[in-house]
Amino acid sequence: MQSDLKKILSQSIAFWTFRILSLAVMGILFSILGFIIVKGIGVVSWDFITKMPEDGMTKGGIYPAIIGTLCLIAGSMLFAFPIGVMSGIYIFEYTKDSWYRRFVQLMTANLAGVPSIVFGLFGMALFVNKLGFGDSILAGSLTLGLLALPVVIRTTEEALKAIDNSYREASYALGATKLQTIKRVTLPMALPNIITGLILSIGRVSGETAPILFTVAAYFLPKLPTSVFDQVMALPYHLYVISTSGTNIAESRGMAYGTAVILILIVLILNIIANIIRRFLTKKYKTN
Amino acid sequence: MYKIESKNVNLHYGSFHALKGINMAIEKNTVTALIGPSGCGKSTFLRLFNRMNDLIDGVKIEGECLIDGKDIYSKSIKIDDLRKRVGMVFQKPNPFPKSVFENVAYGLRVNGITHKNFIEERVEVCLKQAALWDEVKDKLKKSAMALSGGQQQRLCIARALAIEPSVLLMDEPASALDPISTAKIEELIYDLKNLYTIIIVTHNMQQAGRVSDSTAFFYLGELVEFDSTKKIFTNPTDVRTQNYITGRFG
Amino acid sequence: MRLLLVLVKPLPLTVIKKILNKTIEGVLMLSSTITTLTVLLIVLFLFKEGVSVFKESPLDGDNVIVLNNQNDVNHLSAADIKKIFDQETTNWKLVGGANDSILLFTFNDLSNYFSEEELGPEFEYLPHKMDSLIEANPGMIAVFSKKYLDKNHKSKVATIDNISPKTFLLGKEWFPTANPAVQLGVLPLILGTLYVSIVAILIALPIGLATAIYIAEVAHPKIRAIYKPVIELLAGIPSVVYGFFGLIVIVPLIQKIFDLPVGESGLAGAIVLAIMALPTIITVTEDALRNTPRAMKEASLALGATQWQTIYKVVIPYSASGISAAAILGIGRAIGETMAVLMVTGNAAVMPHSLLEPLRTIPATIAAELGEAPANGIHYKALFGLGCILFIITMVINIWVETISKRRVNR
Ligand SMILES: Nc1ncnc2c1ncn2[C@@H]1O[C@H](COP(=O)(O)OP(=O)(O)OP(=O)(O)O)[C@@H](O)[C@H]1O
Ligand SMILES: [Mg+2]
Repeated sequence: MQSDLKKILSQSIAFWTFRILSLAVMGILFSILGFIIVKGIGVVSWDFITKMPEDGMTKGGIYPAIIGTLCLIAGSMLFAFPIGVMSGIYIFEYTKDSWYRRFVQLMTANLAGVPSIVFGLFGMALFVNKLGFGDSILAGSLTLGLLALPVVIRTTEEALKAIDNSYREASYALGATKLQTIKRVTLPMALPNIITGLILSIGRVSGETAPILFTVAAYFLPKLPTSVFDQVMALPYHLYVISTSGTNIAESRGMAYGTAVILILIVLILNIIANIIRRFLTKKYKTN
Repeated sequence: MYKIESKNVNLHYGSFHALKGINMAIEKNTVTALIGPSGCGKSTFLRLFNRMNDLIDGVKIEGECLIDGKDIYSKSIKIDDLRKRVGMVFQKPNPFPKSVFENVAYGLRVNGITHKNFIEERVEVCLKQAALWDEVKDKLKKSAMALSGGQQQRLCIARALAIEPSVLLMDEPASALDPISTAKIEELIYDLKNLYTIIIVTHNMQQAGRVSDSTAFFYLGELVEFDSTKKIFTNPTDVRTQNYITGRFG
Repeated sequence: MRLLLVLVKPLPLTVIKKILNKTIEGVLMLSSTITTLTVLLIVLFLFKEGVSVFKESPLDGDNVIVLNNQNDVNHLSAADIKKIFDQETTNWKLVGGANDSILLFTFNDLSNYFSEEELGPEFEYLPHKMDSLIEANPGMIAVFSKKYLDKNHKSKVATIDNISPKTFLLGKEWFPTANPAVQLGVLPLILGTLYVSIVAILIALPIGLATAIYIAEVAHPKIRAIYKPVIELLAGIPSVVYGFFGLIVIVPLIQKIFDLPVGESGLAGAIVLAIMALPTIITVTEDALRNTPRAMKEASLALGATQWQTIYKVVIPYSASGISAAAILGIGRAIGETMAVLMVTGNAAVMPHSLLEPLRTIPATIAAELGEAPANGIHYKALFGLGCILFIITMVINIWVETISKRRVNR
C-alpha cells in the first residue's frame, strides 16, 4: 500500500516537473516574441516598410533591406529548389540501397550540419573571389542556396517516402515508365509536402546573416539593385548593424525593434502557410 | 497452348528461397485462385507474370514464365509492353489522386494515346465492364479519392482494363472491402472471365470456391496441389491441402 | 482495337523518347552530385587558404628584426617578439641571451636618433645609419622594412619561425593585428567556443528532455497539437533576433544581477544558445521517444508499472541513443552558431576564466574580423584556418550522430 503511494507520488512529482518545464519553454518563446512585438509594432507602419533609411539609419524605413532580402530569397530558391528536388528524386527513386545512395545521403547530412559562417567563408572564397562575382546578389544567393539545398533534398526524400509503394506499382503495372510514373503520379502526390518544406527553407534563408556578411550584404545602401551583380541591404544584417555597430545605437533602437518585428512576422507567416498546406493535405488524403 | 505457364520457377529474395520449383499451366479465359497461409508465396508468384518482382532489390529468378507460349523474361520482351498485356489489381484500393476519368485514362495516356474521342470511349466501356458506370457517370471529373472503398476497387479494375490486357492479376482484391462490395467484385470477376484470363489471390475459401475454375494451394513456397476447384475443395489429394481448407492451420 | 494501340506509337517517337528519358535521368543524377561536390569544394577552398597560414611568417609585411652582431640571441618566436615590444620582457637573458637590458627601436623612434638632413630627402642614408646605430648599441632590437637593411650590414637579422600548427592550436594569444609580430593562438577561441556551447547544453538538455517527454508521453494530444508548431516556430526564428533579444534583455539583466562592469559575457552567450538549442533537442528526443514500440510500453503497464515507471525504465533506455544524438546535435548547433553569440558575448579574445567575463568563439571571430582582414594576408588565412577547425568539429559531430542513429536502426 505504501509503495503504491510512493509510486503515485513520484509519478505526479515527475509529471508536474515536466509540465512546468515545458510551460517554461512556451513562456520563453512567448516572452521573446511578445517583448519584441510589443516594443516594435508601433514602429512598423506603411512608411517603415516603403521608405529609405534616413539620418544615419535612425529614421525613415527599411525598404531597401526588405527588397534585398526578397532578392536573396528568390535567387537562392531559384537555385536550391530545382536542384534539390531533382536530387531528392534521383536519390529516392533511382538509386537503390547502394553505396552511392548512402554516400550521397551522408554528404547531404554533412552539408546540413556545416555552420552558416563556414558557408559564408566558402561563398566568399569561391563566388566572390575565385569566380569574381564580387559582393553581389548572385554570390549571396548561391551561398544561401547551397545552405538551403540539404533541407530541400531531405524534404523531397521524405515526401517521396511517404507515398505508398502500391501507387508506383499500379502505375508500372499499366505500362508506365519510371519517368512517367514520377511525372504523373509520385511527384504530384509529393508536391504539397515538398512545398511545405520549401516554405520553411525560405524562412531559414530569410533570417540567415552569417552567410551574407561577406558575400552580398551592404551596411547602408539607400537604392535598389539593378542587376544581380549589385550589393543589397538585407533585413537580418540590417538588424545586426543597427543594434551593435551603428553610429547611434541608442537612437536607432526603434528601427531595430521594427526590423526584428518584420523578421518575426516573415517567419510566423511562412510557418502558418506551411501548416495550412499540411493540414489541407492530411484532410485530402483522409477521405480515402 | 496454355495461356500462362510457369516451368520450374525458383525465386530468391536475397538468401530467402520464396518460390521452390513451381510448375503450373493455366488455360485461356479461366479463373485460377491461389490459396495458402500467409507468407507462402502467393503474391510473389502472382507478381512474376507482370515482372513486378523486378522492382525489388536482390531478387533472383530462375526457370521459365510463359504467356502465350513466349518467355516473358527473355531479352526480346519489353517490360512496358508486357505490363500492357497483363493488368493488375492490388489488395488495397489505390486510385491515383486524380479524377475518376483520369484514373481510367491513365494507362492510355502513358502509352502515348492522345486521341480524345478514343479515350472517352474507352473510359466509358471500361467503367461499364467494371460495373461502375452507373454510379460514377455524373462525377467523372470528381476526385477518385471521394469514392467508397468498393467503388475505388472497381475503379482500379476499370483502370487495369483500359489498356486491353489479356491477363488480369488480382492480389486479394476484396480483402479490404465490406461484404456487399465483395459480392459485386466477385460478380464482376465472373463476368470478366469471358474476355480475360484471371489469376486471383484470396484468403477466403468461399470466395475461391465461388469464383474460380481451378485452385492452386501453396505452402512454404511450394505448389502443393493444383487442380480444378471442385476437386481441391471436395477431394484434395494432399493431406496439407485438406488440413488447410478444413481450417486446421493457416 | 488492339491494332490501334500498336499503331499510335510509331518507332522514331519511341527512340526520341528514350533519348529524352536518358537525358533527364542524366540531369537528375548530376544534380544529386551537387551536395557531394559542394562538400568537396568547401574542403578544398577552406583548407587551401587555411593551411597556407603555416607558410607565413608572423612578422607584419616585409619587416625584419635586426639585432646587434654581438648579441647571443639569433632566434626569436612570435610570442617573444610581442613580449619584447610590449616591454614585458626587458632583459635579453629571458630569451636566452646575456644579462643585458633590451633597447627597443621602432620607426617611430627615428626622429629621436636622427635629424631629417642626416637621413637625406629620400631616406637614402637611412640603411647605413641604422646599421651603425644597431652596432653601437649591443642591447638594441630594431624592426623596420627590409628595404632599409644595409646591403653589407654588420648587424644581424634574427630568424623568426613561421606559424606552426602547434603554436596556432596551442597559442594562448589571439592578436592578429599585433605589431610587429601577429599573435595567432586559437586556444582561447576554441576554449571559448566549447565553454559557451557546453554550458548552453547543460542548461538546455534537462529542460529539453523534460519538454520532449511531456509532449511525447504525458500531454493530451490537443496540447501536443499546440506545442509542436510553437516549437517549430522557435526553431525558425533567425539567430539575429535571438541575439537582439539577448542584447537588450539578457545582457543588462546579467549585468544587474551580478553587478558587473559589462553584461556581455559567456553566460549571456550560453543562455541565448540554450534557448536556440531547445528546438533541436526537443524534436530529436521526441522522435526517439515516439519510436519506442507500443507493445513494449503496454507490456510494462500490464505488469502494474505506473506510466512514469514505464517511461524511465522502458522508454528512456530504449531511446537512449536517440537522446544522445539530440544532445550531440544540440552541441553541434551551438558550436556553429555565429550571430547571436557575436552580439552578446563581448568578444574578448582572452583565455576564458569565468563565465561572467566577456569571451569569444570561433564563429564570432570569423564574422567580426573577416571584413577587415586584407584578402590573402596572414590574418585572412588564419581566419580560414579557424573555418577549417570549425568544419572539422562539426563534421566529426555529424558523423558521430549518423553512426549513433544507424545503430538505432540496426537494433
Ligand atoms: N521484398 C521482399 N524481400 C524479402 N522477402 C520478401 C519480400 N516480399 C516477400 N518476402 C517474403 O517472401 C515470402 C512470400 O511472400 P508473399 O508476399 O508472396 O506471401 P503471400 O503468400 O502473399 O502472403 P500474404 O497472404 O500474407 O499476402 C514471405 O515469407 C515474405 O516474408
Ligand atoms: Mg500477399
